[in-house]
Amino acid sequence: MRSNLGFFSDEKFRSIFFQTLVVGLFALGLFFVISTTSYNLEKRNIATGWSFLQNPAGFDISFSPFLEFKSTDTHLKVYFVGVLNTLLVSITGCIAATILGFILGIVRLSSNWLLSRLVYIYVEFSRNVPLLLQIILWYSILIQLPRVKQSLQVLDVFYISNRGLYSPRPIFESGFSYVLIAILLALISSFLINRWAKKRQDKTGQQFPVFSSSIGLIFIVPLILFFILGSPLSFEHPELKGFNFKGGLVIRPEFIAMFLALSIYTAAFISEIVRAGIMSVSKGQREASAAIGLKQTWIMRLIIIPQALRVIVPPLTSQYLNLTKNSSLGIAVGYADLVHGFGGISLNQTGQAIECMAIVMATYLSISLTISFFMNIYNRSIQFKEK
Amino acid sequence: MNEMNEVRKPPVATTGIIGWLRINLFFNWTNSLITLFVIYCLYQFIPWILDWTIFSADFKYNYLGEQITNQEMCSRNLDPENGGACWAVIYVRFYQFIYGFYPKVEVWRVNIAYAMLALALLPLLYAKLPYRKYFLYFTYIFPVIAYFLLNGGLGFTEVSTNKWGGLLVTLVLGCTGIALAFPIGIMLALGRRSKLPVISMMCTLFIEFIRGVPLITLLFFGMVMLPLFLPEGIDMDGLVRVLVAVTLFQSAYMAEVIRGGLQAIPPGQYEAAKSLGMSYWRMNLLIILPQAIRISIPPIVNTSIGLFKDTTLVIIVGILDLLGIGRGTLADTNWLGLSYEIYFFVSLVFFIFTFGMSRYSLYLEKKLKTGINMGAD
Repeated sequence: MRSNLGFFSDEKFRSIFFQTLVVGLFALGLFFVISTTSYNLEKRNIATGWSFLQNPAGFDISFSPFLEFKSTDTHLKVYFVGVLNTLLVSITGCIAATILGFILGIVRLSSNWLLSRLVYIYVEFSRNVPLLLQIILWYSILIQLPRVKQSLQVLDVFYISNRGLYSPRPIFESGFSYVLIAILLALISSFLINRWAKKRQDKTGQQFPVFSSSIGLIFIVPLILFFILGSPLSFEHPELKGFNFKGGLVIRPEFIAMFLALSIYTAAFISEIVRAGIMSVSKGQREASAAIGLKQTWIMRLIIIPQALRVIVPPLTSQYLNLTKNSSLGIAVGYADLVHGFGGISLNQTGQAIECMAIVMATYLSISLTISFFMNIYNRSIQFKEK
Repeated sequence: MNEMNEVRKPPVATTGIIGWLRINLFFNWTNSLITLFVIYCLYQFIPWILDWTIFSADFKYNYLGEQITNQEMCSRNLDPENGGACWAVIYVRFYQFIYGFYPKVEVWRVNIAYAMLALALLPLLYAKLPYRKYFLYFTYIFPVIAYFLLNGGLGFTEVSTNKWGGLLVTLVLGCTGIALAFPIGIMLALGRRSKLPVISMMCTLFIEFIRGVPLITLLFFGMVMLPLFLPEGIDMDGLVRVLVAVTLFQSAYMAEVIRGGLQAIPPGQYEAAKSLGMSYWRMNLLIILPQAIRISIPPIVNTSIGLFKDTTLVIIVGILDLLGIGRGTLADTNWLGLSYEIYFFVSLVFFIFTFGMSRYSLYLEKKLKTGINMGAD
């Protein structure tokens, strides 16, 4: 039976019709936006194109630990400094948040009622207060520290003041590269030993002291080499000259505030994920491993955590993504990351909003995609392997 | 045959208060040591924090009995040995924290809007409300009433949005963002699961793009790029521009949550609906979505909590929400240096809202779980 709508009731026709309609409307909208935008840009005398990237920036960036930055450098360099700063705070934040989150998640499940309540209170406070507020709060605490002249001294070499944390800067002299090479070789060989020992244990049941031999390889061999080469490492200590420290390594309060806030905020979420993961491992697993006589710490390390990781890793990935995206809040305290440096100051100086925002967004998208890509690989490696 | 065994009581040490203490706090010696250490830390910390926030704090008057009008009159600034928090700043600036710079003569409109918001939320939060249907009608027309009440028009004098601020802006952004993102999110989720490849691809691209970039870049987009996209003469309000960005952001997250709910619906439901001859829209509106939304309510509340916290980001593009008013107050020379008091207060307000929402989501989850179990039995 045909309805009186004719071929409109044909599913194939309808599907093509609607899709063409949507594409058409989208193209029309795009055309409209592009034409009004180019008109507006022309009217406001805003330049277009990418040539502004080669122009000198004309401003200073106070925190650029990897690249030397001068105000005569280009906007392109502002971008690279921004990317490096974003990555620096994201990576250090992710590592700290993971460690703290795992510890807190396990403590939360501790049989000690008081301790687990305490972690619960921390988690609730940290999760329910906006991150931006926490960043600003940490920053306001850090800049209320004593001034440089009265800076707090820790272990005689670290100075804490409202300008940041000053520590000795290591200076690598010739010959230190051999030590680095030794450490690298030790890492590779202990990894290989680990694999060999595992294979041998699977085959013969004999165990090999992997942990102590790795420690020996990684720490003691390079250390001996270090002294044989005549300690090719010295430290440049910060010295108080006038109103500020000269020399040494400085970590700015903007970075410390971002690092603390991001890791403490995200650790609260991670601890809940870890708790849920551990609780998802059935009670029988723990009882069975206790029955075959495993130690408490081994039960956790060999039985519970590997199974819990299957549940933990997917939401952990989205926490890493969130942390990286949240690092863009550095703009609130003047941390020169991608958004503040390139998307903020460069944008205001050149007025080329569309180009700047496109670059910033594309960069965040690629960082996000990279993180999900690697976490997906890791996730696949820990999931159940069907044999 | 069946001998009655004498009912023996458990050993004293595992029941009652002493038993509880022994199991939970003093199970073995490490446990006891940890407990004692934690108690010692709390003993050091709690009296200090109570003293600072309550006992030696100034609420309206300082220790000399004068009413505080600026930071120099705070007890702790007059005499550092004597005095804790200076809550007077909250007292003096309370109006700004709640209403921003809304004209005082017109503030009753905001108060009515606040009361109406509570009334509009009631049927959404409490399913067993008597006459819920009529309350829901009110909820649907509430946004229109609120718009005219707050913004002006229909006989009310106009109050420009740059006079709005504080909790008012936080609530407007949070509620409007969540309310608008909900239908858009449903459409995006349906679109992503659509069989039409072009529509599904466009929705997927949109969702993944929004989820891949930070909210702050979307706010910048709304602030600096949106005016360039619009033809001359159309001047968008700052708050509206921010609202567009917040809504786009939230709808992408909402779409993913609802897609999760849609995926949990067994295919039999679709097949049954189709075999009854239902059209695509009928099937989704009457059969699929009611079930999908029901199971995704807890994650919807969770993303809403996230959005509510994220509304603070608008201070970066110059909108004065609760945190913005707090920072503005700190920049005032009268109240310099009271950052802890102000941030404490702002955190507390956010905490009350978000913690309430998360408790509500837990309650829903529990209710939902029992509901599903009853169905399965």
